[in-house]
Amino acid sequence: MGRSLRARLAPYGLILPGGLWLLVFFVVPMAAMVSLSLTEGDVVSGFSQTFHFQTYVDAFHNYQSQIYRSLVYGLITTVVQIILAFPVAYWIAFRGGVRKSTYLFLLLLPFFVSFVLRTISWKFILTDDGLLLTPLKAWHVVPDNFHIIGTAPAVILGLTYNFLPFMVLPIYVALERIDPRVVEAARDLYASPVAVFRKVIFPLALPGVFAGVLMTFVPTSSDYVNAEVLGSSSTTMIGQVIQAQYLRSQNYPTASALSFSLMAILLVGIFIYARILGTEDVLKVAAR
Amino acid sequence: MTEPNPMDAALLRGMTQRRLNRRDALRISGLSAMALALAACGVKGQGTSTPTTPAADAVAKFWAGKTKKGHLDFANWPLYMDPKKPELAEFTKQTGITVNYQEVIQEMGPWFAKVQPQLAAGQSIGYDLMVITNGIQFAQFVKSNFLAPLDHAQLPNFTANAGATYKKSTYDPGNVYSVPWTSGMTGIAYDPEKVKNPITKLADLWNPAYKGKVGMFSDTQELANFGLLAEGIDPAKSTKADWQKAADRLKQQKDAGIVRKYYDQAYIDALGSGEVWITQAWSGDVLQKNVSDGTNFQFVIPEEGGTIWTDNFAIPITAAAPVDAIMAMDFFYKPEIAASLAEFIGYVTPVPSAQPIMQKDADADTTDNKDYLELVAKSPLVFPDASTLAKLHYYVDFPDAATQTAFQNIFEPLVLS
Repeated sequence: MGRSLRARLAPYGLILPGGLWLLVFFVVPMAAMVSLSLTEGDVVSGFSQTFHFQTYVDAFHNYQSQIYRSLVYGLITTVVQIILAFPVAYWIAFRGGVRKSTYLFLLLLPFFVSFVLRTISWKFILTDDGLLLTPLKAWHVVPDNFHIIGTAPAVILGLTYNFLPFMVLPIYVALERIDPRVVEAARDLYASPVAVFRKVIFPLALPGVFAGVLMTFVPTSSDYVNAEVLGSSSTTMIGQVIQAQYLRSQNYPTASALSFSLMAILLVGIFIYARILGTEDVLKVAAR
Repeated sequence: MTEPNPMDAALLRGMTQRRLNRRDALRISGLSAMALALAACGVKGQGTSTPTTPAADAVAKFWAGKTKKGHLDFANWPLYMDPKKPELAEFTKQTGITVNYQEVIQEMGPWFAKVQPQLAAGQSIGYDLMVITNGIQFAQFVKSNFLAPLDHAQLPNFTANAGATYKKSTYDPGNVYSVPWTSGMTGIAYDPEKVKNPITKLADLWNPAYKGKVGMFSDTQELANFGLLAEGIDPAKSTKADWQKAADRLKQQKDAGIVRKYYDQAYIDALGSGEVWITQAWSGDVLQKNVSDGTNFQFVIPEEGGTIWTDNFAIPITAAAPVDAIMAMDFFYKPEIAASLAEFIGYVTPVPSAQPIMQKDADADTTDNKDYLELVAKSPLVFPDASTLAKLHYYVDFPDAATQTAFQNIFEPLVLS
């Protein structure tokens, strides 16, 4: 071999900062969590490692409706967000003109306020005698005991509102990258505006949609603030259960088991989605 | 001439170069790091697994060198003191210690989870005195050595005035770590205007006529007791199979949509706002609500039985002003102070000699508060008689941590899901 030791070790050295960061802040905590999920015991008398897989079975059995509900809410939220975000991103990308960055700034302006505060302010708007329902009830559009807070639509509304920029921005980026000459060419070949959108623009924007789904479906399914503030005991999500188990009951094995299961389900879901979408290499698309 | 070697360059490379390339090396190191972390983990507990009585000199060791600081931070449950705090004002007048009174405890489970990390690290929780219920979390506090052992030489009023039963508790024999604040009962509270028939039985909490208007406690011990009593099981003798039966009964109540929500202390606001019509409740809260809001809620101990518990003064081991705290503890055992407190909160006072004082106050009163004072001076909810006590049960007791975990795992999913 003609390469010096230094040349051979150089690539490892280059990977070292990033690799070390990933190892310390991702791999080790993940492994610790999996290890913790297999322990038994409680906070006072300590947790001992017994490879107790029954924890997973029990956690699934007890909280399966929460897991299912969280995934459903996440899915509905993501679909609604795609429908809402696409027109916004399209308009900014194609019709934004000089002021594109201003519009993007306006989109991100709410993020200057804390996430929790924004969710609580929605609670004030939607509450039984609040801004929205008082006039509606006065005009008898809805019955007097109608309530929005505490129902699934309220939670989904909160989730959609809080994560919308995460869907708009990737779609915007993907649309920005579309070469306008491609669109011109389509028009030259007698394609109607609808056909241009359907056959040229939308397929080219799909990687952006995929990235947006990645950035919204996962946080939305595991969210707990929205369900806590806007929901009721019939809309509990798995995030709330995990938080309660960690912080209120200090039942670390169950909480870790639920966290790990949720992560695994979401990963599997994302990979299946990537396959359906037709991207050969998920990681390649995410990096684009 | 020999032909040039027909072998493919890549094949030649593959056969001669190292098999383990850089990617494989990284992969293996990552996986082994993960495996190491997996096997190495276990979280150490804070406490000893068997309950220990502190060494004889633990009291002397803790209290050596502690002096009065002049300020006290007191954490308590809501509805445990008159908002005007006359007793604390009197305390400040007599001792010069200012008191910062905070009603921050809503439920035992979350309170323990909140202070446990700080106490485990030996840091102050921001309070010198707290009031905690006997139950699972009390035992956890003791086992984890989070409570300061009390110096009974500094508690003369307790020794002189406390009722005999309060010196013989099973959860803290000898009052090593705590002295009672009040005792209370869990029963059913209801709004007679919404609930037309008088309520007398636990089974009424399962009545589908009140669908969506029933409140239950989110504390697993409170919930479990009512589930067990509804099934006709004595909580003190219950086994794991009994707990499962009780949990199934409670689940049936939940699945039928009868329960609106599982509440902590905030149930009394829900009752007041009409969110629930009938709810599991604590005795004194209802009396106070009727006085403060002019409502007419009824409290009843069900036929099948109710729960009795004791809330106790305790000093966290990292308290900054333990001397002030123990002075406050002793102050509340003066009969006139105990009477003043019981008159407002309507809970069972641990000082029997408060009753004649309360009766005297009731007789002397000429305002429209007289009826209420008469009520609390004689009520079995404040001074329970033998027949009332016969219907009341303690929380389920656990011989070891594993049984307790099993109990929690049976009842928590009801509340959390």
